[in-house]
Amino acid sequence: MGALIEGVPRRSLVSLAALLALLLVFPLFASGYLLAVGFLILYFAYVGQAWNIMMGFAGQLSLGHSLYVGLGAYAAAALYVHFGVSPWIGLGASVAISAAAGGLIGFLAFRFGVAGVYFAILTIAFAEFARIGFDHFTWVRGSSGLFLPVASYAANDLWNLRGSPVMFYYVMLALTVGAFLLCHALLRSRMGYYWLAIRESPEAAQALGVNLFRYKMIAVVLSAAMTSLAGVVFAFYYNNLFPEQIFHISRSIELILGPIIGGIGTLLGPLVGALLITGLAEGMRELMLRLGIDVPGVKQVFYGLCLLVVVVFLPDGVWPPLARALGFERKAKR
Amino acid sequence: MTGLVYGLMALGLSVIFGVVRVVNFAHGEMMTLAMYLTLVAFSALKLDPLALLVPIAAALFVFGYLLQIGLINPFINRPEHSQFMLLVAVAIILVNVQLIVFGPDAQGITTPYSFDSFQLGPVIVDAAKVYAAVAALAVSGALFAFFRFTLTGKAIRACADNYDGARVVGLNVKRLYALTFGLGSACVGAAGTMLMVMGDVTPAIGPAYTLLAFVIVITGGLGSMPGALLGGLLIGVTEALGGVLFVPSAKSMFAFGLLVLVLLFRPQGILGRKST
Repeated sequence: MGALIEGVPRRSLVSLAALLALLLVFPLFASGYLLAVGFLILYFAYVGQAWNIMMGFAGQLSLGHSLYVGLGAYAAAALYVHFGVSPWIGLGASVAISAAAGGLIGFLAFRFGVAGVYFAILTIAFAEFARIGFDHFTWVRGSSGLFLPVASYAANDLWNLRGSPVMFYYVMLALTVGAFLLCHALLRSRMGYYWLAIRESPEAAQALGVNLFRYKMIAVVLSAAMTSLAGVVFAFYYNNLFPEQIFHISRSIELILGPIIGGIGTLLGPLVGALLITGLAEGMRELMLRLGIDVPGVKQVFYGLCLLVVVVFLPDGVWPPLARALGFERKAKR
Repeated sequence: MTGLVYGLMALGLSVIFGVVRVVNFAHGEMMTLAMYLTLVAFSALKLDPLALLVPIAAALFVFGYLLQIGLINPFINRPEHSQFMLLVAVAIILVNVQLIVFGPDAQGITTPYSFDSFQLGPVIVDAAKVYAAVAALAVSGALFAFFRFTLTGKAIRACADNYDGARVVGLNVKRLYALTFGLGSACVGAAGTMLMVMGDVTPAIGPAYTLLAFVIVITGGLGSMPGALLGGLLIGVTEALGGVLFVPSAKSMFAFGLLVLVLLFRPQGILGRKST
């Protein structure tokens, strides 16, 4: 733990601790609606962080992360529905299946030299393939959707993940904090530096003896496995799964908006991005309600415009300039 | 038949990527825009949709030209994910503006020949599809001729081959890029008009067509013009066969399966050149 915080400015540490404390006590004050929003923000921050390992660290653009969310969600939910297996055991299956899927895609892509735009489209193709495949997979009810028995909000059964939104909020918070710490540690490890080298220049990294195939594979498998955990929580939180929704490409895009808006390759970028995007979307909905405008699509147009503005004017995302302004830059070593 | 129209749509994507090196993630959304324009023009003017083909292609040309000048040109040297986000934003705006203006319901048009058909031996073919396929071939032919024989076409190909080289010999690369994006958009516009003759339109089909265009273009070879048409045909046939042999709702799965195979064994596409 000591090695982890070495070199981080005290100011950042104090602020992070304050943020964590705020997130911890948040459910005490929040209404049901705000709590749901909080859950969504943490959910997007977590999957954004997982995606960030692949794109932000190792430089592999995946546009099919809904595949891992979906596989994770379906594996744990199907085991629970059919055999009553606890999600904590089921998530082993989720992680295994998603990691295997990530491994397969990574293996095929990196062995056959599929890179750049082609790699991104390969990931979309696999996600779409799974979406249509699950539509016809009767063991999980196909396109009519898999439903979990409705939870009673009265009792929190952590073992079976059946309980109130507050419990889900804390589970998601734990995952997000865990992912944050893991990414922080990874970035300071030898592997993290290899990833950054691969991202900046694959040729140069290879010339220096970095095993490209191996480290790209690790990034993809790790990212897939982490994403599938979010899928498990998602399944037990919403209690219903439709291939049409969970594997859809708009889900993949939604989950990468956070890190892109926040700042690719930064640790806090996914959290800041998720906060902005979800906050914006929910704020817009509130505003529309207040103004009594009920035209579908207005919210999304505004959303698109905001995205456009960020992409055009802040190419590195929101977090890096914000961090500079707040003085959170890590002090240069040596 | 439908494959050729798909091919034309994909041709637009291929031309844009081949020259500008930007992946147009708003492609299907631009096509639904063209479909709605056809719808509006048809109900207002009572013209044959196939006669609307040229003005609508022209309208999309202007749209594409302005999009490239205004938004995409500053992004040419930005990383891929940045360009991707830009076009996703454009796509989101397009879909939802269409949703606001036209509503979520499927709308279609009926032409005098909607229910006509030709009999070719044992096969019965819809007349509308035949007309659309012929028009798709004509538009593609015109585009090939433009790139092959005109000076501007040559200049655009020069930009695609060597960006710096083209600038050195004094070509206005940004203007040519805008022109190319316009031409690609015009292809989509034409394809949209034809699809309107064959089916209905809702704002929600935009993203599906974007994906379809990708599948086709990559199968045929990103940046290769004959490849896009071939890919269109191939995907059309694959989907039709998949629908017959398996369940119709699973037909797109075969298209994606084909895409995966092509990506793995011939990543540059069937007719694509190996990248240098």
